[in-house]
Amino acid sequence: MSAGRLRAARRIAVKDLLVERRSRVLVNQVLPFSGLVMVVFAFALGTGGVLERAAPGLMWLAVLFSTLITVQRSFAIETADGALESLRVAGIDPVALFLGKAAALAVELIALITVLLGLAVVLYGAEPRAEGVVLLVTTAISATCGLAALGTIYGGLAAGGPGRETLLPLLILPVAAPVLIGATRGVEAALGTDRTAVSEGWPWVGLLTVFAVAVGVSGALAFGTLIED
Amino acid sequence: MTPTTSPQPTARRATGTRATRVLGIVTLVMLGWLLLFGLVLSPADIDQGDAVRIMYVHVPTVWLAYLAFIVTAVCSGLYLFGRRHSLGFDRVAGASAEIGVVFMALTLISGSLWGRITWGVYWQWDARLTTTALLFVTYIGYLAVRGLEGTRERRARRSAVIGLLAVVEIPLVHWSVRLWRSLHQEATILDTDLDVDIDGLMLFTLFSGVVAFTLLFVWLLLHRTRTIALDDLLASRGLDRAIAERRSEVTSSGSIGGGS
Amino acid sequence: MNGVIALLGGFPALSGLDLTVAHGEVVLVAGPNGAGKTTLLNVCGGLVPVARGSAHVLGVDLTGDRAALRHRVGLLGHRNGLYGDLTVSENLTFWSDLVGATPEETARSVEAAGLAGRLADVKVTALSAGQRRRTALAVLLIRRAELWLLDEPHAGLDPDGRGELDALIRLAATSGVTVMLASHDLDRSRDLADREITVVGGAVVEAA
Repeated sequence: MSAGRLRAARRIAVKDLLVERRSRVLVNQVLPFSGLVMVVFAFALGTGGVLERAAPGLMWLAVLFSTLITVQRSFAIETADGALESLRVAGIDPVALFLGKAAALAVELIALITVLLGLAVVLYGAEPRAEGVVLLVTTAISATCGLAALGTIYGGLAAGGPGRETLLPLLILPVAAPVLIGATRGVEAALGTDRTAVSEGWPWVGLLTVFAVAVGVSGALAFGTLIED
Repeated sequence: MTPTTSPQPTARRATGTRATRVLGIVTLVMLGWLLLFGLVLSPADIDQGDAVRIMYVHVPTVWLAYLAFIVTAVCSGLYLFGRRHSLGFDRVAGASAEIGVVFMALTLISGSLWGRITWGVYWQWDARLTTTALLFVTYIGYLAVRGLEGTRERRARRSAVIGLLAVVEIPLVHWSVRLWRSLHQEATILDTDLDVDIDGLMLFTLFSGVVAFTLLFVWLLLHRTRTIALDDLLASRGLDRAIAERRSEVTSSGSIGGGS
Repeated sequence: MNGVIALLGGFPALSGLDLTVAHGEVVLVAGPNGAGKTTLLNVCGGLVPVARGSAHVLGVDLTGDRAALRHRVGLLGHRNGLYGDLTVSENLTFWSDLVGATPEETARSVEAAGLAGRLADVKVTALSAGQRRRTALAVLLIRRAELWLLDEPHAGLDPDGRGELDALIRLAATSGVTVMLASHDLDRSRDLADREITVVGGAVVEAA
């Protein structure tokens, strides 16, 4: 991994985050959407004990759905005026493109997760405990990296042309299953839902990390081919 | 030096050859054999009764669904990393995925029926069934990607990459589902690893089933790969004609660029 | 290029094209719609493979590894490749950071494209079509592309916009950039070009 490549990736990530800061699409649209999803879950499930027990899962479901639209936004800025194509055509390293966009996506998702966790506490009565905090944070980070990698891979593919955007959920959801399963179990252990001990969460963090690394490396290698039209 | 294009498959009027006809007959015989043993000659289970006979379809289709997946993955790799990037591998990968999806659907349906008849539930959240369901959807996604626009080579590269990504992702999916299901200590009612005491004649019938379906898979794969090859041949035959038509635009458009 | 056949999804967009362009020339590529002008530019940029025939661009054999060509060639199509929410200078510094250009070079390119001063801090979405085009060309300057492949750059521009664009192209040409320009706007563009070729039915029919 050359320094030049990392520098290019960082520059690309900074560009993505700058665009978000200017346009505020995630803050103004995606965040309210995720909050809404969490409220709507309560309508569907009722407000009894189910909600508190299901809180970790519901939160990650909201994250997953929000990831889909965040990814679409991430690539919409690239296809609006053909910027990604321009970068590809100019011979900019696709690995750097992948890493940069995935990194920006990860930052955005972490911010989202932080807010949603707060909402879970408020809306679902989830109660974080001191001994679970480290587990909570590591779960969130490892899950986010996996989702960011997945999103960038399939987002790049779906951005290629008309009639492809609908492919995104179909491609991402089956392979996001390990993240959903692992992240939910990790948060359950951190919160102590169903009397789960904190120690039970760590194998899941392991799974999430392996997932993130495996998908991240494969994605970096595959990205160049996937963004060709 | 002109670049080499993939060697064109030789033209045939149909996709059958003597080899596949022989294979086809053997397959039919084996399937008949299976029907005979499965429905008539093998004994009913002590607990499940005749419902156990669904197993003779369900188990082979599971095996074949995963075999088809492996074939797709291997061919994707051979296409992408082979020196000649032979489109033949891409064709086999695509054909195998199509057949695999069908077998997976059969697995899910037969497993579902079996569970319903025997234990009253259509679905069990056990590791194998859940992973197969996810694999099924992943493959539908793969086929959707194969259907995207583009030149043959680009389609092949893109699909091969997606196919190989699945190779990386599916074990992780399987691992996570296994880990998840192992948390639940309650006894699984339907364990697709055969909650049935099989031996003797039943085992033999099961084995025949696996053989019969494997032959069926190979036969289908050969034919489907060949029809895909014929499609490609048709497209490239049309190419020379299209080139000629294209050049005729020159003469038909009269004097262009002269002094308009 | 010699007898080049290039395919778009199986259709022979280029049906046996022969062409030689000298270094530093400005060539106007004329021809009716669907004649293959865009494909010709894409082939020169290394984006569309050569199915049959031989082709060399900037010394690179297009039937071999085309990727090496991309850094040296600037292709501009109908879209500009800019980030609408960012300003001109943010877009340009993004590119200059990516390609490792010095701030002086960047400033010079901004000057040359007539985007210095107040314009530099305007969001791209607020620019006129002509200004956006010039920003896209400024990117090519920053990238130090040796060959410019411009596909109908004048499309959608008013006369003033076209004039400013032509000035920029002339400037690039005098500093040694080879330019291939596909255009419908023949009268205007003839002044710009050293030479004109016409593409019909995927091949060159007349070289003026």
